[in-house]
Amino acid sequence: MTRLSKPLAVLRGLSRRRRHRLAPVVLLLLALGATGGAYAAFAPTGKAAAAAGVSTQTLEQGRDLYLKNCATCHGLNAEGSGTDGPSLIGVGAASVDFQVGTGRMPAKELGAQIQAKRQFFNDEQISALAAYVASLGPGPAIPSDKDLDYSNSNIAQGGEIYRTNCAMCHNFAGSGGALTRGKYAPSLKKTTPRHMYEAMLTGPQSMPVFGDGTMTPDEKREIIGFLKTTSAEPSPGGFALGKIGPVSEGAVGWLVGLGALVACAVWLGAKAR
Amino acid sequence: MALEQAAGKVANELDERFGSANFVKRNARKVFPDHWSFMLGEIALYSFIILLLTGVFLTLWFTPSQNEVVYNGSYVPLHGLKMSEAYASTLRISFDVRGGLIIRQIHHWAALIFVASMIVHMCRVFFTGAFRKPRETNWIIGFIMITLSFIEGLAGYSLPDDLLSGAGLRITEGVLLSLPVVGTYLTFFLFGGQFPGTDIIPRLYTAHVLLIPGVFLALITVHLILVWYQKHTQYPLPGRTEKNAVGYPFFPVYTAKAGGFFFITFGVTTLLSAFVAINQVWLFGPYNPGQISAGSQPDWYMGFLEGSLRMFPNWETHLLGFTIPWNVIGPALIIPGLLFTPMAIYPFLERWVTGDNEEHHVLDRPRNVPTRTGLGVLALTTWLILLAGGANDILAVTFHLSINTITNSFRVLIFVIPPLAYVVTKRICLGLQRRDRELVLHGRETGRIVRLPNGEMIEVHEPISEVRKWELTQHLVREPYQVGPVTDANGVPRRKLMFAKARARVSRFYFEDRVVPPTPAEVRELESSDHH
Amino acid sequence: MTERIHDGTAGGTDDVQGLPETTDTTDAPHGDGDLATRDGHGELPARFENPGLPAHVYRRSDIDPKAAIRREREVATFFGLSTLGTVLFIVAYFAIKPAGKSGNDLLRTVGLETKLLGLGLGIALFCIGAGAIHWAKTLMPDDEIISVRKPMRSSDEDRADAIAALKDGAAGAGLGRRKLIRNSLLGALAPLGLLAIIPLRDLGPLPGASLAYTAWGPGKRLVTDPTGRPIKAADVPIGGVIHVQPEGVDEMAHPLNERAKATTLVIRLEPDEITDPKQKKWAVDGIVAYSKVCTHVGCPVGLYEQQTHHLLCPCHQSTFDVTKDCAVIFGPAARPLPQLPLAVDSAGYLVSSEDYQEPVGPSFWERGRR
Repeated sequence: MTRLSKPLAVLRGLSRRRRHRLAPVVLLLLALGATGGAYAAFAPTGKAAAAAGVSTQTLEQGRDLYLKNCATCHGLNAEGSGTDGPSLIGVGAASVDFQVGTGRMPAKELGAQIQAKRQFFNDEQISALAAYVASLGPGPAIPSDKDLDYSNSNIAQGGEIYRTNCAMCHNFAGSGGALTRGKYAPSLKKTTPRHMYEAMLTGPQSMPVFGDGTMTPDEKREIIGFLKTTSAEPSPGGFALGKIGPVSEGAVGWLVGLGALVACAVWLGAKAR
Repeated sequence: MALEQAAGKVANELDERFGSANFVKRNARKVFPDHWSFMLGEIALYSFIILLLTGVFLTLWFTPSQNEVVYNGSYVPLHGLKMSEAYASTLRISFDVRGGLIIRQIHHWAALIFVASMIVHMCRVFFTGAFRKPRETNWIIGFIMITLSFIEGLAGYSLPDDLLSGAGLRITEGVLLSLPVVGTYLTFFLFGGQFPGTDIIPRLYTAHVLLIPGVFLALITVHLILVWYQKHTQYPLPGRTEKNAVGYPFFPVYTAKAGGFFFITFGVTTLLSAFVAINQVWLFGPYNPGQISAGSQPDWYMGFLEGSLRMFPNWETHLLGFTIPWNVIGPALIIPGLLFTPMAIYPFLERWVTGDNEEHHVLDRPRNVPTRTGLGVLALTTWLILLAGGANDILAVTFHLSINTITNSFRVLIFVIPPLAYVVTKRICLGLQRRDRELVLHGRETGRIVRLPNGEMIEVHEPISEVRKWELTQHLVREPYQVGPVTDANGVPRRKLMFAKARARVSRFYFEDRVVPPTPAEVRELESSDHH
Repeated sequence: MTERIHDGTAGGTDDVQGLPETTDTTDAPHGDGDLATRDGHGELPARFENPGLPAHVYRRSDIDPKAAIRREREVATFFGLSTLGTVLFIVAYFAIKPAGKSGNDLLRTVGLETKLLGLGLGIALFCIGAGAIHWAKTLMPDDEIISVRKPMRSSDEDRADAIAALKDGAAGAGLGRRKLIRNSLLGALAPLGLLAIIPLRDLGPLPGASLAYTAWGPGKRLVTDPTGRPIKAADVPIGGVIHVQPEGVDEMAHPLNERAKATTLVIRLEPDEITDPKQKKWAVDGIVAYSKVCTHVGCPVGLYEQQTHHLLCPCHQSTFDVTKDCAVIFGPAARPLPQLPLAVDSAGYLVSSEDYQEPVGPSFWERGRR
């Protein structure tokens, strides 16, 4: 028999009887295919607002990645799904680059706060995802290298702006701090300048939004310059104990300082052999 | 020989002017009981000297002024910023004065160790009963010194006028403001007007380098003279009694040991300061009242106040337009009052309870005074919970907990854990006493099993030495105070009967549960009945 | 070998010949519940007796001269190490030159200097101490000495003499008889204490009404802190927070004092998130402004949690709900943050329409009467 001989036999069989045993199955399959196809044809693909210079291929890849990894929480059209994931329309490429680039997304467990973890997608995939989400609605763009160049920035001014706007959550040295109910502002020691910029721009989770209108790109660069410069500084006093302040110092003073001295006192009082 | 001759000449000159031979004769061989736990107070003393020495060094470069300057010194991330001269001079000491940073760090580490060692020393004195007559005055002096050290430390770490300590001053101002009637006046007088003003740093400087150290020097001198004059206490070891002092002579042994320990203390503090950073003010930035850092805490010894502030409920009452902020007065006045007042008057409290008017020079084993030991642990756990409460945000971030849960838990735990700690401690003490009694009566379990001719299996107990028997039974066991006859011989009711009844009640609380040590007769009886 | 010794600090000399060889059984009498120390009738004492000082245990260096020399060398080694430490300090002090350096180079140099100076000084000090202690422990005589404690209480004779001296002196002063002197003396001394307090009056001005007012007022532009730019309503993003001060605060007489009171937060909510009528009235398009000075003890309330609309003060965790007019929802603060009434000026910039309508910051006694 040839490859087509079986189905042909079925069709011949169909023509001989009014209804074949498998007819309902076939009909079901046809209906499903028609519905799916119609949906695919009519569902908004958001291709309308594609960013300049973004290839269709990238958008397709992004959309594909999105549907496979993000749609369960953020909705098939990124409209959000209530409690599980907010709408991504208008969050911009910057948000995606930040969230996915720091490994926060895809979220593993929804605790008090989404945690940063190892990056799940590679850089190419992240660009694709970012481009796709950006095409859904206008939002903050990924900062360029020029945006992030702090070589001419006033680091000291950056420190002042940082201490007024950021230190209350992230601590004076960027070591992080507690928020309410188990949330926290993370340590910035290992954060890249790009992710810092994007976080300020998009206000992830509890972090407020620092729009360019009230915190200019220059000021953002100054803050990044300050953070990067100071975190790369050697600590002239010795072990910095995490730069979290007097609590760790008190602990060391008791355990190491007083502990050593009490040990010496015990030695002093012990009888020599 | 030449040395002896030279020394002889000097001694002669001194003696002809001061009659010093008499003093030397009496004191050169003075006896000091020796135990490592007697060194804890010395750690505090030597830390104070370290603070004086390093402090003087710092004053040679520090400018206690809040005048504004624009920084153009060595540390680049602060260039061009406005800051007080105090902060700028601290930066100068840290970066431009050779040895400045190590001395600054020694000064600050020594301060932390100073207060820590005072507290540990106080605990040793408390748990061994060294505060009893005739040493109550020294206890009071020590109490004053501990509370003064908190203020001295606060003043000291506020001098650099950085963001962290400035925030602390802001909180101090807020706490002062809360005091009824006089709050605003006290605040304006202290700060010279509104916060932050320009007077607070210079005034704290005066307090920190002159006034409080002066008081400390006087108090330390009296404290040491009393120890010298009353002789140090000693543990209840063989050969020691209430009527003697057993130990080593001041010269040469104690001179070498105590003098050496000063160098040890200084050395350890210095080595710590060489490798572990503390109070890196350049990272905090200059004080700005619109700025605050996450995880802002005072130095550890103020932590219990910080915890009180965080944990206290947000109660405030209004009376005829006047405001009484209990949420601040509680932590500022009530909690310290509740913690410190019993501590300060404890020697007199215990004397009232026991009716003990004797001198005591032999220390207690803590297990033999279970109620006192339990109360001490209760106070310590309360203080520790407050201390931990002051670090609740650090705990939250480090252990991934909710800061709200931590705070609420501590609010409950502070009422639950201390009484529990009291009960557990007291029971442990009584249990240890019972074990001591068992050891005296039945001897030590050797682990050797012997089968008797009649088939019985017994574990062989080895009697403990006579020395050990004495050590475990030498203490006095008090009985609860009895009120006695309610009326005197003529039927007149006794005066102050209420006090006597209260005393009996407290005395019962103290001494109702007790373990009486066995007597030689009891031991002999057991031995003769061939009990194992 | 136990040595018995005089101890004359309680005055006079002691006669120590009567003390037994090793034990001192004359315990001081105890308080209530006392048991007699020696039962004269039976063989056994009522309580176990103090066994006296234990036999002296000799150290190696006491017995063996070679061991003693070895100990001597150990002590000398400590002292030698100390000298090396001192040398290290001196060399490091002059060899390491932070002057003229900047940036990370300066910090590395200061770091090296701190470590080496600290190591040198630390070793120098520690080893002197260790040497001295080792010397005392291993080579100095470690015989325990017994000295007598005399009761602190003076003898009855001394007491009588003291009382007599005081009585004579008091009689000489005649205070008891000469009531006029006594009363006028009290009258003079008592108010003298005031003279120590009165000159402190100028420590500071009286508070007056200063705590009730800030630098804000009608038409004062909000400018960003610390960059000093005025803010247009449209520039405030939803979910954003801006730290502001009044325009011109740095030109005032005491800028830091004014900043301490005037520091303010601007937050943008969705207009329908604001339900309180007063909050709505003082808002502009969902933009609200609140005092940044915590009503607990005055720290800046800086943490804005964008999603929950909660303001958290990092000092003692007072939490305020911005959608409920900054009512306190957790923590020790007792009062909500005061709101700054906002308006928009002709150029579109955010301004305050008037000063805060209540004193900002922590509570104080007279607060309700302003």
